Amino acid sequence: MNPMAYQRTFGPAIDPVTRLGWGLGIVALSVVVIIAVLLLSGIFRRRAALHGAGSRSLAVRSDSGGVSWIYMGTGISSIVLIFCMVWTMIVTAAVSRPPELPALTVQVTASQWWWSVRYLSPDPARIFITANEIHIPVGQPVRLELISSDVIHSFWIPQLAGKMDMIPGQTNVSWLQADQTGVFRGQCAAFCGAQHAHMALLVVADSARDFAAWQDHQLEETPETAPASAGQRVFEQHCGVCHTIRGLSPSGIRGPDLTHLMTRRSLAAGLLPNRPGDLAAWISNPQALKPGARMPAQLLTGEELAGVTQWLNQLY
Amino acid sequence: MEGSPSSASLRKTWEGKPGLAGWLSTVDHKEIGKRYIVTAFIFLLIGGLEALAIRLQLARPNQTLLTPEQYSQLFTMHGVTMIFLYALPVLSGFSNYLWPLLLGSRDMAFPRLNAMSYWVFLFAGVFLYSSFPLGKAPDGGWFNYVPYASLAYNPGPNIDVYALGMVLLGISTTVGSINFVVTLARTRAPGMSINRVPVLVWGTVTASVGNLLAVPAVSLAFLMLWMDRQAGTHFFDSAAGGQPLLWQHLFWMFGHPWVYAIVLPAMGIVSDALPVFCRRPLVGYTAVALSTVTTMVLGFGVWVHHMFASGLPILSLSFFSAASFVIVIPSAVAVFAWIATIWTGRPVFNAPFLFFAGFVLLFVIGGVSGFMTAAVPVDWQLTRTYFVIAHLHYVLIGINVFPVLGGIIYWFPKVTGRLMNETLGKWSFWISFTGFNTAFFPMHILGILGMPRRIYTYADRLGWGTPNLVVSIGAFIFAAGILLFLFNVFLSLGRGKAAGDNPWDASSLEWSTSSPPPPYNFAVIPIVASRYPLWEDIMDEGPERSSIGRGLLLDKGRETVGTSPLDAEPDVILKMPGDTYLPLLLSLAITVLFVSMLLHSRWGSYAAGFAGLLATVCWLWPQRALGQIDR
Repeated sequence: MNPMAYQRTFGPAIDPVTRLGWGLGIVALSVVVIIAVLLLSGIFRRRAALHGAGSRSLAVRSDSGGVSWIYMGTGISSIVLIFCMVWTMIVTAAVSRPPELPALTVQVTASQWWWSVRYLSPDPARIFITANEIHIPVGQPVRLELISSDVIHSFWIPQLAGKMDMIPGQTNVSWLQADQTGVFRGQCAAFCGAQHAHMALLVVADSARDFAAWQDHQLEETPETAPASAGQRVFEQHCGVCHTIRGLSPSGIRGPDLTHLMTRRSLAAGLLPNRPGDLAAWISNPQALKPGARMPAQLLTGEELAGVTQWLNQLY
Repeated sequence: MEGSPSSASLRKTWEGKPGLAGWLSTVDHKEIGKRYIVTAFIFLLIGGLEALAIRLQLARPNQTLLTPEQYSQLFTMHGVTMIFLYALPVLSGFSNYLWPLLLGSRDMAFPRLNAMSYWVFLFAGVFLYSSFPLGKAPDGGWFNYVPYASLAYNPGPNIDVYALGMVLLGISTTVGSINFVVTLARTRAPGMSINRVPVLVWGTVTASVGNLLAVPAVSLAFLMLWMDRQAGTHFFDSAAGGQPLLWQHLFWMFGHPWVYAIVLPAMGIVSDALPVFCRRPLVGYTAVALSTVTTMVLGFGVWVHHMFASGLPILSLSFFSAASFVIVIPSAVAVFAWIATIWTGRPVFNAPFLFFAGFVLLFVIGGVSGFMTAAVPVDWQLTRTYFVIAHLHYVLIGINVFPVLGGIIYWFPKVTGRLMNETLGKWSFWISFTGFNTAFFPMHILGILGMPRRIYTYADRLGWGTPNLVVSIGAFIFAAGILLFLFNVFLSLGRGKAAGDNPWDASSLEWSTSSPPPPYNFAVIPIVASRYPLWEDIMDEGPERSSIGRGLLLDKGRETVGTSPLDAEPDVILKMPGDTYLPLLLSLAITVLFVSMLLHSRWGSYAAGFAGLLATVCWLWPQRALGQIDR
């Protein structure tokens, strides 16, 4: 199944909607077929010969007849419409909030053209930030706080949750839940500028144990995983203005948090797979791969590029 | 009658000057109507070329034919062009040309205003394209959401051109709409009571009233946006207490009624012309006329269905969802009226009939996909995907372009005196119908496969490649159908069969004039006794007969008769203004004012404002010929 297709979905925030969508789709197709049949048989049905046919004859002598079509057609349509309307209201109510209290709140901030993901917790020591990839525990509702740092974006994981816009100056709340483990793709669904096409994110549904392990790992600071090197100095000089790696002193917030970068599946909001060669290509010339992206091309020597790539490759 | 002494004097009174002078100064509704249609068609072709460029880019995954910025400008200008510079203007063209002929009058109520509405439309269209050659065309989508359209994220002239161009175009729409409303209320032939006017008239007047209520919202929104960008206000700036959603409300409060404004007159074309090819009157005239009005009234209560995903409270969404379901009902009335007309009639398979019958099917497909998006949670999935692109093209091409093409073939003989080639007409229908469905039906599937709108490229692994290729091929087939249609127009202009006055044996008043009609339309103002004046002798609808050849002559200067709004009782003889350069001059002054605002030229604005004032004073100066000064 295509990663964005939603004829089949995987969670209670969206499954009733999918059934409603199929229901309305079947009604819609039936209407088209019925009208097409009526239209064609109306055009081609056999008709009695005209009396006194001349070039100026009409099919009727008076302006009457046929009105019962309007009564019948409109009457039947209205009944179907009322039925669909009630079904819609029921489904809207069912998916507007989760059936049980969410286990987790994730705050997603959209920016041109990537996603910052912040895991909230009453315990400040357990708050952490990651980017472009949301991990959730399977089978549990997750509350989403959706905000934007610049223009309007829209959060959409077709197989888990319908769209919710992210509008500067307001916090929109939504929720999702995955009923099976797996990776679900999403993509920004509101035109947000040149790279609207390359603003994807992933939702990874883990088992409860895997999720807890992932969460604990994300909370660790980097120096524990990556030893200092020349590559680290390049990072601090060139990249730290915009990017944070927790545990290092420069902590820019304009770009994605890169702590544990290597645990992520993709780079540049879903544009590239997270492989060393792709990472090096991205660092050396982001504008060639994602024209207009906010990350400027870095004037690095070959040695510096290799060093920083190698160092980033240790950020598990 | 034609050829009599009085018709010679009428001709002398009503005919414009020859050459360029006459062309620039004419206020003849027929000239203005033709211009509207030709100009709108040129914009249709430009918008079509933009669409084809978009389809080349999307035909395969990861293409780099267009840069992201070029793509943004192309899809924005495609929407702006088709919605604002083609869809309404082409219908204004039909209505301008046809209204006085349908209503038995010699011109629109305000002929000079009519000329002005055309000139401002033309200049606004040129204005909106002025930055295109510089690579700085509007690029925020036709919906132009803030804050993307604000100065911080879009510092170039792109959005200023759009904002000012839309306010300028709004002037054209407003004066044009006022003219239609007053024309309906004031200048129908005696006896053309409100329940006898053709459905096209109902459609256009409904659209015009809708425009008068809707356009202020969008003009205000664009003015506020321009002030945010250039005068330091903060209407839409959330950091300073403004509200981005305010833009969406104002835009869609206008945008949704506008959608009905660009389909209701086209539905009127079908309601009037389809019955001619079914050889019977329209079934349920009263129901169809009332459903036209009902659609527009309800159309003002559904704008939030463009904003279902914006985080508004569920309760308000449910209200707008219900209203969006209910609006299907008046459309159902019209659909069943057309089907009943075909069923109980005797179809004649001419090319216009094909376009109208095809239209009914496309209307229904576009309608039911719209019905699906009325359901709030389903819309959370469907909105801003290709499903919505499929829906809106079925609606706008299906309900606007197909009736327009059928309508052109139908009225071509009246306008030019020649019939269009029937074989080419049928071929152009089948090619464009096939191409259209090949291009737009697979978009429903692309939407369900999760392809978002307004992305300039996509990765192969997402599985959107094959449907996109089919869509692109369909787009080129559709374009070929349109080209063949235009070829037919040019061929038939020179070589078409002579038409005579009433080649289709139609029922309405315009077919009682010569083809093309004389400058004064009717030698005498007809007196109307029924809804189908030219069919009275072949129907058994009572003894009353309309009087086409005998009536008020009114040949003492430019005159037509003013009648009462409902029953069309003759009321007064209206003095009509003759040809003048003032509409052109006033339109130029207004346009220069907007150009000066765009260029931040203070003195240019003052000068243009003063010139506009001067032109207005000259326009309103009392004239003896108009009876504004006591003799």
